[in-house]
Amino acid sequence: MTPTQRPSAAFWLVFPALLMTGLFFVLPIVAALLLSFTDFDLYALARWDHLRLIGFENYRHLLNDPLFFLALKNTFYFVAIGVPLSVSASLLTALLINQRGVRGQGFFRTVFFLPVVTTLVAVAVVWRYLYHPRLGLLNYVLSLLGIEPIDWLGDPQWAMPSLIIMAVWKNFGFNMVIFIAGLKSIPRRLYEAAEVDGAGAFEQFRSITLPLLAPTFVFVGIVTLIGYFQLFAEPYVMTQGGPSGRTLSVALLMFEEGFRWWNLGYAAAISFVLFLIILSGTVLQMLMRRFL
Amino acid sequence: MRDFKGGGLLIHVILVAAALLALFPFFWMVSVSLMTAEDMALFPPPLMPVHPTLQHYQALFDELAMGRYLLNSTLIALGVTISSLLINSMAGYAFAKLHFRGRDSLFRLLLAMMVIPSQAAMLPLFLMIKELGLINTYAGIIMPGMSSVFGIFLIRQYLKSVPDSLLDAARIDGAGEFRIYRSLILPLSKPVLVSLAVFTFMGSWNDFMWPLIILSQEDRYTLPVALANLMGEHVQDPQLMMAGAVLTILPVVVLFLLLQRYYLEGLVAGGVKD
Repeated sequence: MTPTQRPSAAFWLVFPALLMTGLFFVLPIVAALLLSFTDFDLYALARWDHLRLIGFENYRHLLNDPLFFLALKNTFYFVAIGVPLSVSASLLTALLINQRGVRGQGFFRTVFFLPVVTTLVAVAVVWRYLYHPRLGLLNYVLSLLGIEPIDWLGDPQWAMPSLIIMAVWKNFGFNMVIFIAGLKSIPRRLYEAAEVDGAGAFEQFRSITLPLLAPTFVFVGIVTLIGYFQLFAEPYVMTQGGPSGRTLSVALLMFEEGFRWWNLGYAAAISFVLFLIILSGTVLQMLMRRFL
Repeated sequence: MRDFKGGGLLIHVILVAAALLALFPFFWMVSVSLMTAEDMALFPPPLMPVHPTLQHYQALFDELAMGRYLLNSTLIALGVTISSLLINSMAGYAFAKLHFRGRDSLFRLLLAMMVIPSQAAMLPLFLMIKELGLINTYAGIIMPGMSSVFGIFLIRQYLKSVPDSLLDAARIDGAGEFRIYRSLILPLSKPVLVSLAVFTFMGSWNDFMWPLIILSQEDRYTLPVALANLMGEHVQDPQLMMAGAVLTILPVVVLFLLLQRYYLEGLVAGGVKD
C-alpha cells in the first residue's frame, strides 16, 4: 500500500462523521451566537428580511429580566444541592457494594442502575403522583410517622427539593457504576499494606481510597454538573416551572421564550449564557484537579 | 478493605433497604396501572390492585393512539441507532488505526466538544430543520443524532487494542481500508458495537426536548412527547398515565436487562479513561 492511498481512505471514513457533526452541531453553535445578536422573532420566522442585528441588546435585556435571574437562581439551587447529593449517594452505594463479602453485587448494581435507563418523562409522571398530596404514598408514609402532609409540588418551598429528590433517585446509579470501576482499579495490596501498618477502615478510606479516586471524582463531577445545569424535563412535566416560578430552570425559560413565544434571538442569548456557565463550571473542576 | 464481621449484616440490610427504595416507584407504577377507579378511591391508598384490570392499557390503544406512538419511537430509535453505528464505527476505525495529518488534534477537538450542551445548538438547529422542510418528520429528529463524539470515542478506544499486525497482514494480502473495515474491523468490534447500539437506542428512545421541538403533529409524537402531552389532559386519571408510563419504560428496561453487560462495559470504558 502506498502512503498516498491511505489518507484518502481515512478521509472517506472520517468524512461522514465530521460532516454530520459540523452540520448539526458546530454550525448551529456558531449560529446560536450570531442569532443572539439579532431580534429574530415570529415576524422573522415568517420572512427572514425582518431580521435585524441589534448587537448586545438581548444580553442587556437579560440583565434586566427578573424571570432570567429567577431561572438562574433556581438552576443554581438545583445544581448546588443536587450534584453533591447525587455524587454522595453514588459513592456511598459504590462503597457498600464493593465491600468484600457482599453477596449479590451484580443484583444490587442492576437494581440501582435501573432508574438511570428509564425514560425521564415517564418517571416524572410517576413521581408527580407519588408527590400527590392526597393520592401520593409519600404523604401517607409521612402521616404514619405523625408528620403533617406536605404539598410537595405545590408548595414553593418544597417544589425544588422534590425535583432534587427525584433527580438523585434517577441518576445516582450512573455515577455509582463509574465509582465501582474506580474502586476496583485500586490495587488491593495497598489496603493490605495499610492493614499491616495498623491503619483502620476510616484511615484507609482517607489515605488510599479518596486520593486514588480523585480522577473519577473529576469525571463524575463534570458529567453530573453538565447534566444538572440542563434541567428541563422534570419541571416541564411535573411543575411547568411553578409554583410561583420556583422551578423555572434556565433551559425551560429558553424553551418557553424560543418555542412558545418565538423570541428566538432572545432565547439564543439565554442558551449562550447557559453554555458559558456550564463551560466555566467544567473548567473550574479541571483546574481544581490540577491543584489538588 | 478487610473482611467485615459484625458489619456484614448491617451492610446487607442497608443495601436491601436502598434496593427497595430504588424499585418502589416502578412497583407502584405497575400496581396503579392495574387498579380500578374504586381501588384508587380507597384510603389508605392500596399497594396492590384489589380488582386488577387491563382496561387502562386497552384505553391507551383503543381511545388514544398508543400503538402509533410506539411505532414512531421504535422507528426513530432504530434509525438513529443504525446510522450512528455505521458512521461512528467508520470514524472510530480511522481515528484508532489510520494515520492522517491532524488526526490527534482533530480528535482532541471532538473530545473537547463533548462539554458543549446540546441545548445550545437547538434554536438554530430548529431553523435549519424548518428550512429543510423536515418539521414533523422522522428525518428531522434522526439527522442530528446520526453521529456522536461519544460513539466515535467508544469505538476508537476499543479498536486501539487490536494489534496492527493483524491489519498489516490483510493489507499485504491486498485488502483496501474499506475491505478491512467491513470484513475485519466490524466483526472484531461486535461487543463495542452492541454497547453503542444499546446506548444510542436508549438515548433516542428517552430523548424528550428535541422531539418536543420538532413534532407538533400528534400522529408523529414519540412516547415521551405523547406522555407529556397526555399529562395535560388526563392528569385526573393516574391509572391511565401509569399505564402509559409502563409502556414507555418497558422496552428500555427489557433491553437493559438483556444487554446490561454490554451497556455497563461501554459506560465504564467511556468513563474511566484517564
